[in-house]
Amino acid sequence: MTQPFIEFKDVSKSFGNLQVLDKVNLKIYSGEITSIIGKSGVGKSVLLKHIIGLLKPDSGQILIKGKPLSEFSKAEWKAFKRSLSYMFQNNALFDSLTVFENIALPLVERTKLPPQEIKKRVDFRIAQFELEEVRDRYPSQISGGMQKRVALARALVTEPTMILFDEPTTGLDPLRKNAVLNMIAHYQHEIGFTGVMVSHDIPDVFFISNRVAIIENKKIPFQGTPLELEQSDNEIVWQFIHGQEVLQDQLTGLNPRPEVEKLVEKLLKQVALKKTIFTVVLFTIDDLEEIKKGVGYIASQRIFQCLAMTLKRYMSNKDYAARFGSSEILAVLPGADASRAEEIINKISSDCSQQELMDPTKYKKVCIDFCLKAGILEVRQPMDMATLLASAKKNQKVIAKMECKGVSGKK
Amino acid sequence: MNASRTEKALSIMGLVNWLGQVTLKVIGELGAVAIFFAYGFVLIFTYPFQFRKIIQQVYFIGVKSFLIISLIGLFTGMVLGLQGYYTLVKFGAEGMLGAAVALSLIRELGPVLTALMVIGRAGSSIAAEIGIMRISEQIDALDTMDINPMKFLVSPRIAASVITFPLLTALFDVIGMIGGYLTGVLLLGVNSGIFFNRIYDSVVLKDVTGGFLKSLFFALVVSTICCYQGYFTHMRPGGFGAKGVSLATTSAVVISCVLVLVLDYVLTSFLL
Repeated sequence: MTQPFIEFKDVSKSFGNLQVLDKVNLKIYSGEITSIIGKSGVGKSVLLKHIIGLLKPDSGQILIKGKPLSEFSKAEWKAFKRSLSYMFQNNALFDSLTVFENIALPLVERTKLPPQEIKKRVDFRIAQFELEEVRDRYPSQISGGMQKRVALARALVTEPTMILFDEPTTGLDPLRKNAVLNMIAHYQHEIGFTGVMVSHDIPDVFFISNRVAIIENKKIPFQGTPLELEQSDNEIVWQFIHGQEVLQDQLTGLNPRPEVEKLVEKLLKQVALKKTIFTVVLFTIDDLEEIKKGVGYIASQRIFQCLAMTLKRYMSNKDYAARFGSSEILAVLPGADASRAEEIINKISSDCSQQELMDPTKYKKVCIDFCLKAGILEVRQPMDMATLLASAKKNQKVIAKMECKGVSGKK
Repeated sequence: MNASRTEKALSIMGLVNWLGQVTLKVIGELGAVAIFFAYGFVLIFTYPFQFRKIIQQVYFIGVKSFLIISLIGLFTGMVLGLQGYYTLVKFGAEGMLGAAVALSLIRELGPVLTALMVIGRAGSSIAAEIGIMRISEQIDALDTMDINPMKFLVSPRIAASVITFPLLTALFDVIGMIGGYLTGVLLLGVNSGIFFNRIYDSVVLKDVTGGFLKSLFFALVVSTICCYQGYFTHMRPGGFGAKGVSLATTSAVVISCVLVLVLDYVLTSFLL
């Protein structure tokens, strides 16, 4: 592969006794957007600050086009720094300068361009970001979204080869957030700068990133393309990309999928040694995807949550259940046989038919039939996970149904 | 018996320890301010020159202080005329009023009161402005744009102070003398010719250069302290955000005022 534009090699950094980075390795390639994601306070901004030299590593090296930063001469460093722009999380606009003066500042201070040329370049950016109306206003007089645009215009006016974005979308409403991400992606295509973005807007940033690095526990456990990220088995990565589902699972009390997968593997090993048996139940909500498309996202999630919460009510402390895919839940009952699973299913079946969600009159606008299926599998002999799921699925039968018969809004 | 001795020794050690720490802290801070000043001052003379920004600051520190300095100068002169007259008249020396007013203004009150007034009007706002720029990451933004924040923010203010302090002091002196004339001559009837003649006779060039030197020193001290307090708002223990800026502004004003008065004493003792 080509040489990275910036490379972190075993970079460690501590503040007093607090270690923030521990032998971090990271590659940033030219002409791409690299997103650094991670929880708050794990050192994402510290990474960015190392690139612009606001912080220096305790050990390890940062290479720029293969050359260590520590070996840069003063002139080289100045030239490198001038090719960078940094977009701050809170924009850091100069509040006593107008929008025009803010965007013009790097040109006025750093270049010997004649005033007409500066005006021309700034006016071009102002037009590009549709800021003509607020040209002579001060940052405090314009909206947050406009401030972001001014910050982006200021970052771009020097035509940098690399822009560092420190949480460009934090604190924005979903519409503005999309607009900012769209803007970054659009201008990246147009101008072709290298972008490094610190963010926790998952999964939105994946759509505009060429590469993603996850920082967790002082290290970078994963870096690669968003596609590779999705295919990764790493548990931390899984939690990041399924952030929304994790939240819902926490609300419903479901266990994380990797945890249940591990449990099943452990149980399968014990089954192989004839130490125990266990039973799994695979629940599926049929046509949940259809409901999502036709009735709405919230309705589909409510139905899922309802199932999860009812299930949790009848499970014991020893039992586990996790979301498998968007419309399936796998319940694992260690040490139990099929009869206990049967019992649980019966209870869920009678509970579900009394639920408000199963009442077709509640779906006045669009109503779509759906049913709840459950398949029991008593595991007495070793098998792999895929066979287990397939067998459980084969055993599935309908345990509850919602039919739209007679409702006017039926689709 | 032994225990109480040990306690005593410990408490003495604690005191010495505390004293040592305070001394180290003060010396460290003084060193930091000195480096800050030297760096800011040298940057005034490096290319590209910041003429525009210096003129803006001269306008802010100087021109905008014009009215307040004139007002304070006038009343100071008037009260000097009043007090001086009633003191001198006891010795039949009211003819010396002109000299008394002029010398106290040119040597002492002019530079000191001008400095104190400018600290209150411009020094506090310098500290607050730079402090807010610091906490809102504007200074970091300058740094990332490869614009030296010291050159952009501190140097023009030091240069502008050096230009404006002596001029404002001269204004204060002249208006103060007019104030003295108003009370002494017009109100209390001292002969106008004698009043001016005494000024002319008693004020020598050394007095004027002394006052001028003082105002120069005050300019350097006040601008450096106010910029320094604002610039390092974020390093202040116990104060973050708006609270940090308010603490920085308060210390800028208090430290500048105290230093102006201490320095006035030191300079006077050298100049006399």
